[in-house]
Amino acid sequence: MAFPVTQIRSDFPILSQKVNNKPLVYFDNAATTQKPLAVINRISDYYKTENSNVHRGNHYLSQIASDHFENARKYVAGFINATSEKEIIFTKGTTDSINLVASTIAEWVKPNDNIIITAMEHHSNLVPWQQLCIKQKANLKVVPIDYDGNLDMDAMKKMITPSTKLLAVTHISNVLGTINPIKEIVNIAHKHGVPVLVDGAQALAHISVDVNNLDCDFYTFSAHKAYGPMGMGVLYGKSVWLEQLPPYQYGGEMIKNVTFEKTTFNNIPYKYEAGTPDVAGALGLETALNYIKKIGINNIREYEDQLLAYATEKITEIDGVRIVGKAKDKTAVLSFVINGIHPYDLGTLLDQMGVAVRTGTHCAQPLMEYFGVSGTIRTSFGLYNTQQEVDVFIDALKKAVNMLS
Amino acid sequence: MTIQEKAKSVIDEFAIFDDWMDKYSYLIELGKELPLIDEKHKNQTYLISGCQSRVWLHAEENNGKIIFTADSDAVITKGIISLLIRVLSGSSPAKIIAADFSFLDEIGLKAHLSPTRANGLVSMIKQMKLYARALQLKSNR
Repeated sequence: MAFPVTQIRSDFPILSQKVNNKPLVYFDNAATTQKPLAVINRISDYYKTENSNVHRGNHYLSQIASDHFENARKYVAGFINATSEKEIIFTKGTTDSINLVASTIAEWVKPNDNIIITAMEHHSNLVPWQQLCIKQKANLKVVPIDYDGNLDMDAMKKMITPSTKLLAVTHISNVLGTINPIKEIVNIAHKHGVPVLVDGAQALAHISVDVNNLDCDFYTFSAHKAYGPMGMGVLYGKSVWLEQLPPYQYGGEMIKNVTFEKTTFNNIPYKYEAGTPDVAGALGLETALNYIKKIGINNIREYEDQLLAYATEKITEIDGVRIVGKAKDKTAVLSFVINGIHPYDLGTLLDQMGVAVRTGTHCAQPLMEYFGVSGTIRTSFGLYNTQQEVDVFIDALKKAVNMLS
Repeated sequence: MTIQEKAKSVIDEFAIFDDWMDKYSYLIELGKELPLIDEKHKNQTYLISGCQSRVWLHAEENNGKIIFTADSDAVITKGIISLLIRVLSGSSPAKIIAADFSFLDEIGLKAHLSPTRANGLVSMIKQMKLYARALQLKSNR
């Protein structure tokens, strides 16, 4: 069956608008994806008919809102195949999820211990660990990558020591598109008793994610990169960890009993959800995941792989193009530079022609340094993009290169 | 010419372009012209870092007027810099402090001055004003 891209496009109101008087070509999906009408309506319906604070009132609306909020948690658990919905913590996003873990494991980390990350991490899966290491006088170790953007697995194996407290790795690189072999990494780390945190921000909307199969200890993602709303994210953590780690923030909802002298904390997941949660965000996320599920993540993967292959082939025809990130296993992201032309200039001219791409360092400055570039142009695809849009982009790119040469 | 008159001449110059391509081609042309800064000043001391493009700015005083020179690694940023320098350089500190940049708005380049573009231009303007203020304080003393 052909991928129903025309039908899908009609579900996304924003795609029909014009930018600089040109039809919008939105190739900045790794930054954030657009939202289908179903998600927009779900959020709007919540505020029109269900809005109430959760887990607090025994009145009708509060009951409805609480039920729907908890159903969303169950849905997320099912979507990523978590053992229990208790292992799903709603956060503000991937960054928040990672910071939660970095803060709560802080007391495990002693001087001269180490935390391992990789050379392709987004700043959000780098800076929290770096700062934790500085604070605890521990060492941050970085697994190198090869020039195509593949992780050096042998180097990783050698880096793990009895003092390694955690390994943090991205599932898919936001710059290179590399899909890392998470299952293999987890296997290696677990042999040494090291827990693994996975940054899944770029993965959820593009490949199948099964935390049970991956066996990772923590998995983090943002709703807004998977057709859901901004400001909502998830931390999946194995209950064995979540139960023994301390709370992250303190306040309402996360408590059982409070006196002026002491507090007993609530059970997971509530222990980690201080304050009123983003109920509409959780419902929007549920709807977005349901949207992905209806189309089928494997169909999406196959379609986006075709788009990537097509764009890669077309772009190679342009003189002076160098693709940054040629991993064996990659998806949905095409980063490149063009000899003698600054990415900012190309991005500016592409924008004039209605093509939205990202230029710059993509919050991965050390990675840019490794590839010897000041930045790249990144096109990143979503399930609503088409080959025809790739053609528009390639034409616009040729025009821009022509103007700048 | 005053800052206002110079800004007016830039607006007049851009009025002839009726599509974006001509306008940007002109900016690119401006950006490609001779370096706008002495090579020896194109170093870390004078660097204003943006996430997207880098800008170098040098300022010196000449008879109570400030002479700005600058450069960027991105050619469109450099084109805009050349407009800013044309309008601001050679004026007194007080005039530079009071200057507004609505001329960039009028020629449709305001978006490049958005802080979120992180191209170094906003920081450059801030730096130009700071330099003018510092010089003004020094001469008032």
